[in-house]
Amino acid sequence: MNLVRTDRPDAPQPAAPRFDLRLIGSELTPFSVRVEPGRLRSFALATGQADPIYSDEAAARRAGHPSLPVPPTFLFCLEMESPDPMEVYERLGIDYAQVLHGEQHFSYHRLAHAGETLYFRPRIADLYEKKNGALGFVVWETRVEASDGSPVADLRSVMVVRDPVRQVAR
Amino acid sequence: MKLLDFDAVQVGDLLPGLSEGPITRHAIGRYAGASGDYNPLHIDIDYARRAGMPDVFAHGMLSMTWLARALTDVVDQAAIRSLSVRFVAITHVGDEVRCRLRVTDKFVCDDEKRVALEVSATNPLGELRLIGSAVVALP
Repeated sequence: MNLVRTDRPDAPQPAAPRFDLRLIGSELTPFSVRVEPGRLRSFALATGQADPIYSDEAAARRAGHPSLPVPPTFLFCLEMESPDPMEVYERLGIDYAQVLHGEQHFSYHRLAHAGETLYFRPRIADLYEKKNGALGFVVWETRVEASDGSPVADLRSVMVVRDPVRQVAR
Repeated sequence: MKLLDFDAVQVGDLLPGLSEGPITRHAIGRYAGASGDYNPLHIDIDYARRAGMPDVFAHGMLSMTWLARALTDVVDQAAIRSLSVRFVAITHVGDEVRCRLRVTDKFVCDDEKRVALEVSATNPLGELRLIGSAVVALP
């Protein structure tokens, strides 16, 4: 797939650059994140979540939670707390400006709460192309575990890489 | 305990959804800060244009989060077994987002009564932005 930027006509043209398929299955750097209650409160505010269990510790406890629950999609945000969130693109040689989110999947094993430390273990699950190489697809999967190793959730992200050179020629 | 009950829902039922927007640049910036997703495609119009986009646009995950909120409005979050979406089209500044939940299946799995839902987000014209599925456990 050709990832040369159209705004840099003088950029060197790599010979048929394509995904290095040997990277399928390779693990990205694992990391851990402590869930901060303040981040959950600002996420609830920014996403219109008015249920007080997501922003008020006392309301969460009254509802039987040890602390604020981590809302369903926030695990994706925590995944971006990786010390090197660009690692997958850097290893594949992808220009991040050409990346769009294609799909997002979550499987939940149990609720996580503020104050917990969660462990993220991401790996490149698949790499493929469509439309004669005009679109590239990067699939990575992340297992999220609690500190005792018990599963919390499994995430699967599909990122679409646009090919600007072909788009202009179309 | 929220309102849903396994015996009371039928395949084809529409559950209460929600509407959000119109999406403002402020809402996108606020979501960037709260989510930690500072991808400049969403918040820097100069960068977006250099990347070949006409304008900044909303994070797909913002609409997915609204879909998740539609779910937690009708079931306790602990009942959600899975949530998946495909981002079909870009959600632009000014778009309204309508989130819809439709029952597609009822089944028993792992000794648990579960309901499968089609989840979707459209604009007011019904044009699809996100489509996907969720599975929830119901009493």
